[in-house]
This record gives sequence, C-alpha cells and structure tokens, in this order.
Amino acid sequence: MININDLYVRYKTEKGYANAVDHIGLSIEKGIIFGLVGESGSGKTTLGLTLLRILPPSAEVASGSIYVNGTDILKLDEDDMRKWRGKRIAMVFQGAMNSLNPVINIERQVAEPLVIHEEMDEERAIIIAREKLAMLGLGENVWKRYPHELSGGMKQRVVIAMAIITNPDILIADEPTTALDVVTQDRIMKLIKSLQREYNLTTILISHDLPIVSEVADRIAIMYGGKICEVGENEQIIKNAKHPYTIGLLSSIAEPGSSKEIKGIPGEPISLINPPPGCRFYNRCQFASAKCKTYAYKLKSIEEKHDVYCTLYGE
Amino acid sequence: MERSLTKYFIKRFIFALITIIAIISLNFYLFRIMPGNPIILLYRSPELSASRIKILTEQFGLNKPLWEQYFIYVYNTLTGNWGISFYYKQPVFNVIIPAMINSLILLIPATFLSIILGIFTGIISAWKRGTRIDFAFLGTALAFYAMPTFWFGAILILLALYIGGIPISGMYTIGAYNSNPISQLIDLLSHLVLPLITLTLVYYGQFTIIMRNSLIDVFTEDYIVTAKAKGADEKWIIKKHAVPNAMLPMVSIIAINFGLVVTGAILTETIFSWPGVGLLIYDSIMARDYPVLQGTFLIVAITVVMANFIADIIYARLDPRIRYQ
Amino acid sequence: MNIVDFWRIFKRNKFGVGGLIIILIFLIMAIFAPFISPYNPNQTNPNLFLSKPSLNHPFGTNELGEDLLSLDIYGSRISLIVGFAAAAVSVILGLLIGIISGYMGGLIDEVLMRITDFFLVIPTLVLMIIIAAIIGPSLINVIFVIGLLSWPPTARMVRSMVLSIKEWPFIESAKASNAGRLYIMFVHVLPNVIPIVFANATLAIAGAIFSQASLVFLGVGDVTDISWGEILHYAVSSGALSAGDWWYVIPPGTFIVLLILGFVLLGYSFEEILNPRLRRV
Repeated sequence: MININDLYVRYKTEKGYANAVDHIGLSIEKGIIFGLVGESGSGKTTLGLTLLRILPPSAEVASGSIYVNGTDILKLDEDDMRKWRGKRIAMVFQGAMNSLNPVINIERQVAEPLVIHEEMDEERAIIIAREKLAMLGLGENVWKRYPHELSGGMKQRVVIAMAIITNPDILIADEPTTALDVVTQDRIMKLIKSLQREYNLTTILISHDLPIVSEVADRIAIMYGGKICEVGENEQIIKNAKHPYTIGLLSSIAEPGSSKEIKGIPGEPISLINPPPGCRFYNRCQFASAKCKTYAYKLKSIEEKHDVYCTLYGE
Repeated sequence: MERSLTKYFIKRFIFALITIIAIISLNFYLFRIMPGNPIILLYRSPELSASRIKILTEQFGLNKPLWEQYFIYVYNTLTGNWGISFYYKQPVFNVIIPAMINSLILLIPATFLSIILGIFTGIISAWKRGTRIDFAFLGTALAFYAMPTFWFGAILILLALYIGGIPISGMYTIGAYNSNPISQLIDLLSHLVLPLITLTLVYYGQFTIIMRNSLIDVFTEDYIVTAKAKGADEKWIIKKHAVPNAMLPMVSIIAINFGLVVTGAILTETIFSWPGVGLLIYDSIMARDYPVLQGTFLIVAITVVMANFIADIIYARLDPRIRYQ
Repeated sequence: MNIVDFWRIFKRNKFGVGGLIIILIFLIMAIFAPFISPYNPNQTNPNLFLSKPSLNHPFGTNELGEDLLSLDIYGSRISLIVGFAAAAVSVILGLLIGIISGYMGGLIDEVLMRITDFFLVIPTLVLMIIIAAIIGPSLINVIFVIGLLSWPPTARMVRSMVLSIKEWPFIESAKASNAGRLYIMFVHVLPNVIPIVFANATLAIAGAIFSQASLVFLGVGDVTDISWGEILHYAVSSGALSAGDWWYVIPPGTFIVLLILGFVLLGYSFEEILNPRLRRV
C-alpha cells in the first residue's frame, strides 16, 4: 500500500548537505504495524516527516517517490497534500512534550482535524471528539482541561485521539512512548495494537526502542546512518537477525532472569554530511572487511520477506 | 479552578496597593527635600511676616514631627485633599481632573490604534519573515520608534501649516461658539487628528517588534508542527495557534509600556498645546507650581499602576497556566 | 561565542552594520566638531534673526543670529556624552542589582525585585521631570537622573541570566573550594553576564539620548549647553515652529532620530545574534 522508492531527503547545513534519508526503498502492506527502528540521527524521524511532507524549511526531498495507494504524494501540490494530511495520513508525536497547544483545551484540539477537513462546525466536532476521548479512556473530567493539567500518559492518548478522529488510512507514530514510565508505555502500545486491529489501520511505528516495537510490530525495518540495514517480519528480526548492527542492538538489551552478557556497540555514528562511500556502519562493525568500503547497498534476500543490506551475505 | 484565579487576583491587588502607597510616600518625600522653607515656597513671597509664617505653619501642620506630617499627607491624599495650586489658586484636585479627562480623550484612542497597528504589522512581518515586506514593516516601525515624539509632532505641524486647514493646537477652536453638539464634536475631532496620529505612529513600533519576535518564537514550538500535521493551512495556524500564544507576552508588554505612552502624551500635548495632564505638567514646571506637580505625578503613577493591574488580570484570563503559580 | 565568531556573524547582519555606520558618523561629527562646523556656534549676530537658509548659513540662523548648522554639529557632543554616560550608570546599576538579586536570592531578591517592578511600572520620564525640576538642571544631574531611573530592564534581564548561571557546574566547584560569595559573584558570574548585557546597554544608550532630548526640550534639562533637544526647545519658544521655519526644526530632530536609530539597529542586531531562536536560518 505504501511504496517508497529511492527516497533521498537532505538538510542544508552551514557545512554542506546532511543526507538524512539516503536513497532508500521500502514497501508497507495495508493494515500492518510497521516498525522503523534506529538511533537518533538514523533518519527515521525524517522519513516520518517526509510521509506527511511537513519537513522544516532547511530540508528538501532531492529525489525519489512515495506511492500511497497508487498516488505519488511527493508530486502533489501543497493544496492537495493538505487534504491528505491529518485526514488520510495522520501523525502522532511525543505527547508528553510540547506537541499540544497550551492555551486551547483538550476537546477543542481533538476536534480540530474534523473542523479543518470535514467543514463541520465546532460544536458537532467536539461531540465526536468527546466520544473518541472516552473510547481511549479519557472521561468527562479531562475534556475541558488544558494540556499542562494532564499526565504524560494522558497527553499521549489525547494526541492519539487527535490523530484517529478523521479515520485515517495510515497512522505514523513517532516515539509515542518515550518520556513515559514503563507501565504507561505498555498501555499505549496495547492501545496502538487495538486500534490497528479495530480499524485495520496501517501503522508506522518509529522508535529507537527495539524491544518496545517488537511487542506489537508485524514487520520491522532497522535504519542506520540514513540507510536501511535490514527488513523483515517481527520474528525474523528478533530471532534471526543478520545485520551486525541489528545483532548489536539485540545484544544490548537486558533480559530479566537471564544471565546473557550485555554488549553495547562501540564507536560513534559517522556524520551524515558527505558520508564516505560504502557501508555506513563500517567503523563500528566487528565483521568489517575491505569490501565494505565500496559496498553499494545491494539488497540481499535472506529468506522470504527478510532482506538485509550487508556484504556478509553477498556483494 | 476559579479559586486560584481569585487568589492570583488578590495577590496582584495587594501589590498594586503597596505600589500606590509607595508612590504616595515617594511623592511626600520628594517634595520635602526641596530646598528652602516650605511655607515661603508655598506662598512664593519672601516678604511674608514672621507671624503670618507662624500661622501658615500651624495651618499646614509643618511644625509637627515628620512622621505625623506623613500620615496627615497620606490621609489628605486619600480623601482628595491635594493642596492648593499656587498658580490657579484652586484645589489641585479641581485643576487636575478636567486635564485628566482631556488627556484620556487623546490617550485611549491612541493606545488602541497603536496596539492594533502594531499587532497587525507584527503578524505580517513575522509571517513574511526575511522578505522585503518584513524589512519594510520592521524598518518603518523601528524608524518611528526612534523618533522623538515632540519632533514628529513638529513635522506634522509644519506639514499642516503647509497644507492648511488642519488645526495645529488646542482642543477646540478658540472663541468659536458651537450651537449643537455635532459641530462641537467635529471641532474636537479635527483638533484631535494631529496629536492622535503623532502618538499612534510613534508608539506602534514597539508593539510590532514584540509581536514579531513573539510570533517567531512561537513558530518554533512543537504544537505548530502538530497543527501542520493536522492539515491546517498557514492562515489557520497563524490565526488559531500562533497568535493566541504570541499574544501572551504582548499583554505584559502593553501594560509596562502604558507608562511610556503617558510619557509620549506629555511631549505631544506640549507641542500641540492640548490641555491635558501633560501640558499641565509642563506649565507647572515653568510656574514652579509644586502642589500641582505633586498631584500630577500621583495621578499619572496611579493610572499606570491600575493599568498594569488590569493587564495582569487579563493575562491570567488568557493563559491557563498562570493560575497555578 | 568569541569575538571572531561574533564579528563574522555580525558582518552579515544588515541592521547591525547600518547602525554601526550611523553611530560612527556621529562620533566623527562630535569629535571633529570644531573643524567641521563653519562658525563658532555661540557667535551671535543680531542682524540675522531667524534667517532662512542661505549660502552663508545652509541651515539658517536662530533668534540670536547663531549659525544653526554649527549648532547642530556641536549638538552631537552632548547627545553622545549623555547617552553613553547615563547608559553606563544605568547598566552598572542594573548589573549590580541583577547579580546580587539573582545570586543571593531569598529576601534580598524579593525586596530588590519589588523595587525593580515599582520602577518599571511608574512612568519614568514624569519622575525624571519632577526630580530634575527639583534638583536643578545641569549636565551631571541629567546624567544622574536618567541613569538612576533606567536600570530596571537591565536588572531584570541580568537577574534571570544569573539564575541559570548559578546552576552551572563551575560555580559549584568554586563554592566547594571555599570561595566567598562576593568573589564568585564578581569573578565568575559577572564575566558571563556581560555579553548578554550588550544588547541591553545599546538600547539603554538610545533611551538615554531620547530622555535627554525630551528633558531639555521641556525646559527641565540644561538649556545652556548646546544639544539638539535644546535647539528644538528654542525652535518652539522663539515662535519659529508656528511660523513654519522648517529649517530650524527639521535638522536637529533628524539627527536625534538617526542617532537613536543607529543604536536601536545595533542593539536589535545584537539581540538577534545572541538569541538563537531569532537568528535567521
């Protein structure tokens, strides 16, 4: 349903162009939860913003296409794109942070997408907003409150309500559980899962936290340095990871009750500005070899539905 | 929720009250440190006989200890007994009140207009930031801001003299007998034009700058990205999200700058001979009419304190976060 | 950021560079006044009462027959002197109060801040007028009065800066090595606050120039020293304004506007550079 082809997004900086999303391709089926995992600077957030075309002014989509149900949304003009934004594709940000307007009350903010897109008058939209909020567990005592009066978990649910109120086809959630406590994180994840099931909502889950993502995602893609390292079904990634970076991520996860040794990944990510040719992970990889320096990111299929980009598995 | 608003209200009210008392005390102190025997100054004639001085001293209570004089002064002030004007030979209160009204006729429209103009130009400047429109609006605002009020007024006078037909001084045409209120009103309005333009143009600049900077700050906030992700267009985002947040600092600035507008009024009134408190101050300085000066300082300061207080309350109404301090 | 970086960014800021140029022009005018002005400004000539501009006197003459061009040139001196001096007084006061209030905290902070709020609220020009009317108009008094009543904005800003500097690690280590509070305040905190005060100080100078011109215009400042405000004062009182003698009125005011504009542009550019959120991308 979503087809990303050779996408190249870069930021203009004082020192040159930073290649945030460096010629990547992905396919996302309808109705699944697709996890996009990477550390900060990997390009995952940029990818999310590009899907909505709400990149900051210093960024540009230099090339590539994104087909959603047959339409290349990168080619739409701004007026048409706005009809998609918030209506067919919606985004959920970190609610605990500043993504809610401090001077507007909750029910009006949740109702807003309806007012914008369906030209509903605000009263009717608020009624629907209240239903949605109640569905997510936020009752009457929350509706007229202001963001600063709510807890992190509550704000996150508000942001989710705001995103699903127009019944979008695609939901992008960017770090929806960061800055929340573990219990609330769990609840929010379960909420996302139930929404996907109930509405057949294609969900793209962006996070740096692989374990959390693996709890609900159907497919997972690992990103590093603006490139995709590995893509596969949930079980394939967790149980049969092939890319050294993925393996490194998995081994740095603590498992309660097990005496597994925790290993971190040594080294620092390289700069995105004028990156060296070849594999981006080269300087931190324990399996690195000379051919990695000229690696052209050719796709290698390990098993069905499981792809990896690494010289270890062929040129 | 309303209870904390009341608490905030009370807190600000007490502060306003204390400030007023401080102003009264400052007033008392200032004029007591003047050189020379107060009585002689009071009656401006050095040839007062000793017995007359004694009678007057008793009458004014100047032979009482300083702290007692202070309380008498405070009492007098609060009951409207502000002394007698040297120059007008009338109670100071009666001199100041009509002047105050005249000043308000000028000040209130000027404040409104300059705020509206400032907000409008500030929004456009921030929206079109970096473009020539931004430079133009901002540059004009800065240029007017740097202009001394009285000089701009002088320029307008010169222009008016050149064009002819626009009154350049006073509040009404002297000697004109206007039979109906309509023509009286028109006369007043025609005299109001120049001073009003002066005050408005000279003061809108700071509102432009504050609004512009406030908006630019707000544009970097996360909730603006959220609004964009909802599919809102630029006009919607500015109108419903950015401006309401950007207005908050504006309210405080407007309040603080009320004092400046009063200052400008003094200079404007002087140059246009508008019979308000400003002109009164100017004339009283020339005439060394200290009781009137004392009174004007008092009323100007109190007005500003009250304006600030009202602004605090408005700010609290607008920003839901402030009630939880 | 250090001086080199600052200058690099500043060079590109059109407002700032423009402002700087204007100020430099007036500085040159003030310093070289005796060489630039065609006449001795105090040289009276009763025959030339309020004469129009001519080849001999490009700006005309005033009611005493003094050459207006020379007067306008010499006027730059007082404006610059009072501007810098009064701003210096107010900035120093503001720094002191801001640092003490911010660093000491507690009751001292409360009291000082209430006093600052008080002065922010009352219209200072009115107070200046009254004080100057009482203590008499002289150059020192004017500088004194302006400086004494203009410190609150600086104090407020310094204080909020100090509040965050207080939490910096090297302050903790200074305290740990038993440095006295005064020492920390003036050897550690002060140098870090100074850059921020720059924008404020520049605007303070603009404000001081304005205040001086206003005070003199109203007859409260020193009307014997040559200053632009004084020229305007006499423009009005000699009847030149009502007669429409624009050559008397326009130049001194224009100079005031330009000089104030110069400092405002400069100060505004400082603020843009030092406040990262305002910086253009």
